Amino acid sequence: MSDPLMDVEGLEVEFRTEDGVVKAVHGLSYGLRKGEILAVLGESGSGKTVHARAILRILDSPPAFVTGGEVSLDGTELFPLDEDEMVDIRGARIAMLFQDPHTALDPVYTVGGQMIELLRLRQGLSKREAKAEAIDLLKRVGIPSAEERLKAYPHQLSGGIAQRVMVAMAVALDPDVLLADEPTSSLDVTVQAQVLELLKSLVADSEMSMVLITHNLAVAVAMADRIAVMYAGQLVEIGPAREVYAKPAHPYTAALLRSIPDINVREERLPAIKGAPPNLLHLPAGCPFNPRCEYATEICLREMPPLESVGDEHASACWHWEEVVR
Amino acid sequence: MTAGDVIIRVDDVVKHFPLRDKVFGSSGVIHAVDNVSIDLHEGEVLGVVGESGCGKSTLANLIMKLEEPTSGHIEYRGTDLATFSDEQLVTYRREVAMVFQDTFGSLDPRMTINDVLTEPFTVHRDVLDKDLWPDKVRALLKLVGLDPDHANRYPHQFSGGQRQRIGIARALALDPKVLICDEPVSALDVSVQAQIVNLLKDLHDEFGLSYIFVAHDLSVVRQLADRVAVMYLGQVMEIGDESDVLLHPSHPYTQALVSALPTADDQGNVTGERIILSGDLPSPANPPSGCRFRTRCWLAQQKCTDEEPALIERGTGRPTKCHFVTADGTLVPHMPVGV
Amino acid sequence: MSDLKPDTTPIEPILGETIPTGRDLNLTLWGDVWRKLKRDKRFWISATMVTIFILMALVPALFFTKDPNACNIHDTALRPSREHWFGTDLLGCDYYTRVIYGARTSLQVGLIVSGVELALALFLGSASGFFGGWIDMLISRFADVWFSVPTILGSILVLTLFHGGGPVVIALVIALFAWPDMTRLVRAVVISGKQRGYTRAARTMGSSGRRILARHVLPNGIGPVLVFSAYVIGSSAGAEAGLTFLGVGLRLPAISWGLQLSVADTRFPELAYLMFFPSLFLCLLIGAWILLGESLRDAMDPKLFGSSGDV
Repeated sequence: MSDPLMDVEGLEVEFRTEDGVVKAVHGLSYGLRKGEILAVLGESGSGKTVHARAILRILDSPPAFVTGGEVSLDGTELFPLDEDEMVDIRGARIAMLFQDPHTALDPVYTVGGQMIELLRLRQGLSKREAKAEAIDLLKRVGIPSAEERLKAYPHQLSGGIAQRVMVAMAVALDPDVLLADEPTSSLDVTVQAQVLELLKSLVADSEMSMVLITHNLAVAVAMADRIAVMYAGQLVEIGPAREVYAKPAHPYTAALLRSIPDINVREERLPAIKGAPPNLLHLPAGCPFNPRCEYATEICLREMPPLESVGDEHASACWHWEEVVR
Repeated sequence: MTAGDVIIRVDDVVKHFPLRDKVFGSSGVIHAVDNVSIDLHEGEVLGVVGESGCGKSTLANLIMKLEEPTSGHIEYRGTDLATFSDEQLVTYRREVAMVFQDTFGSLDPRMTINDVLTEPFTVHRDVLDKDLWPDKVRALLKLVGLDPDHANRYPHQFSGGQRQRIGIARALALDPKVLICDEPVSALDVSVQAQIVNLLKDLHDEFGLSYIFVAHDLSVVRQLADRVAVMYLGQVMEIGDESDVLLHPSHPYTQALVSALPTADDQGNVTGERIILSGDLPSPANPPSGCRFRTRCWLAQQKCTDEEPALIERGTGRPTKCHFVTADGTLVPHMPVGV
Repeated sequence: MSDLKPDTTPIEPILGETIPTGRDLNLTLWGDVWRKLKRDKRFWISATMVTIFILMALVPALFFTKDPNACNIHDTALRPSREHWFGTDLLGCDYYTRVIYGARTSLQVGLIVSGVELALALFLGSASGFFGGWIDMLISRFADVWFSVPTILGSILVLTLFHGGGPVVIALVIALFAWPDMTRLVRAVVISGKQRGYTRAARTMGSSGRRILARHVLPNGIGPVLVFSAYVIGSSAGAEAGLTFLGVGLRLPAISWGLQLSVADTRFPELAYLMFFPSLFLCLLIGAWILLGESLRDAMDPKLFGSSGDV
């Protein structure tokens, strides 16, 4: 692809627990273009959240350890940077949006207080300038009565408003990349729609790139340009959103698509994926999806399939992708 | 499907929770459930959908007699729950069981699965002879698709989907007639949700159970429910057959709810118009006057502030709580906003 | 009522494995706690120390003690030597022996206070947390009143009226003022236990309140209570020593570190060794119990009280 803005290369993250070493992320590589929205789709144990935290180096270490790979932003490698340099990157170049606004916002300070502090600290603004900027940001994310809102405490805000405040703070420093970790999962459906719209327009307005982490395929398709599917810590499929949705090239993606209930269709029986989500402590040999895969053959039980190209900018890690596509 | 007689009747039930005020002692009330009337027929699956604060979980708790209504009453087979004798209560507990959302929290971590599944029999000692308990446990586990040899394991050793199966097995232990399912798949991974939905379907068909299925995911409800009630801020906004309510919603809130689900066609193109609601959910301590949905409704007019619409049939065959529903079930004017 | 036919499997059987934990497939929650404890150095250190102190209290002879009352006034205030490892006290008794014997008193008091507090707490705390309403209010306000009186001051007052007493009396007096702590803890545990999912589930199957308390709430909440008990044992021993030091606790001929310390105080710093040994032992005893409690707490958290995490 044309020079990606952010390049993740062979990322490896392990968790050292009492019960053993868990490979939360294994060999993850993708490129993120300027102005693009990449959805990282996965369920529990997929590693989608861990990888984002690894990029920003905000994992709790121990028990988590980044044991390999590299992340570059605009050509600069991030892992060799020391903590001070990384602090400059966080928020200003790569920002993160968390799932639950009420845990991410400090309950002891007002919204205005937190935002002003952020702006003064990172942009060296005076108190007055920061306040004006804060009001501006709140307006930008569509919060009515912005000036009064500054005086509110996080617990006084509804979920939707609180999440908008989070968005405002995330984009306050005009980052190049926004890592949105399940930003709407804790919100009501009607509010989700609002927040997703907001994110989409922000990306369009400022040419910011976004990594949208989600478990919801419909959200991924509605929002993203490309979708990356993760399973058991590995990237199993990546490609243009429409194509991954319409013509999945990996059994997991295909099975997931089929098993998701559709309001328009009342099925006699939902075609469920058999088996249980992967247990990272005891992954099977070969392809981690093999216990649940309808296409699995002998080679799947022995060797992990490599990521191969299955179309235009579309890749899948499956020995049998051709059958899947058919 | 042909449903039988009314087995559970919720009659004009109100549940208010007192609001402890912060500083100056004045009180307030959380309007969790306000004048809700719903019937569950024998053998049917009644879906109750809504978002946070709508009262669906409170309703489930009231039906399970975990809470008492502030006013109104709930009847089981014609008898008011509030007037139950001790014996009737015991019977009720056997015949109406609950499946919970939190698969981990609803199982005592100190108990083996065997303990969990035999607990109902320790409470209702006359149902099954103790010698038969091991066989019963094995049967229950097999029924929900789990390996009977795992009965001596602990909840934390099972995955979320497996724990929910255990929860369902426990609910079935005493051969209930009714299952109240409170968001049974919301906490599960998407790939596992389908399995549990299938399981619930199969059990319903196999044993002729009646379900009240509380959920916020309309697509899931579509798979199971015969009828659907839509709740908002403690009230029922619309109730009717599932295909009517979910595919041709008449109440604006239901329309917004349905449209909020991003859907895509076979090509992956996003379809449908998305209605983006304005504003926020009002506080249940201070619901809007008149129609509670008016603060976010694109059709709102003065009438909506002045007069609370009644939940009545307006020519569409199903009760809808909106002033602007016409005889054919469309809204006047019909105007989705936003894409 | 339909019979569950064991062979009817309308559902696809799940071949899924359960999640194995560690090498044992069947660890109970306490087994898991034990596994963690085993690996904690602090546990072994504190457990060893506690065991030693318990042995000191039960079988002091194991420690090569002499007769604690075989005192020869001519041997007064001898410094530590091979003959008398800790020297002798002012009355010429072997100090080492007297210090060892002091452990018994401290432990006695500690265990009695802890036991009484636990019993009271389980009863009152459960009632308070479980019933709520006016029972809770009554018990809580009652506890608040007692709580507002500082333990040591209150004990001094009462013991002065009693003119001191034996270890049992001292322990009861301390417990009289210190009991609200643990009761509050049990109350909190019960209140939080009431809100657990499994409590709700038990209610829906018709389990009685008492049964839920006994089978679900208390067993799951016992963890922090145990930890606190360990702490209470240590701190009560310290309280006894303090009270005795101040002159309101034990009197001669009782053997107590507090007594030894109060005598040592009069001859400090020339006979510094008199102060050193009982202080050392007292600190070690208290420290051991606190360390034990801490390691127990860390081993239990969060498995017993949290839910599984997410990646």
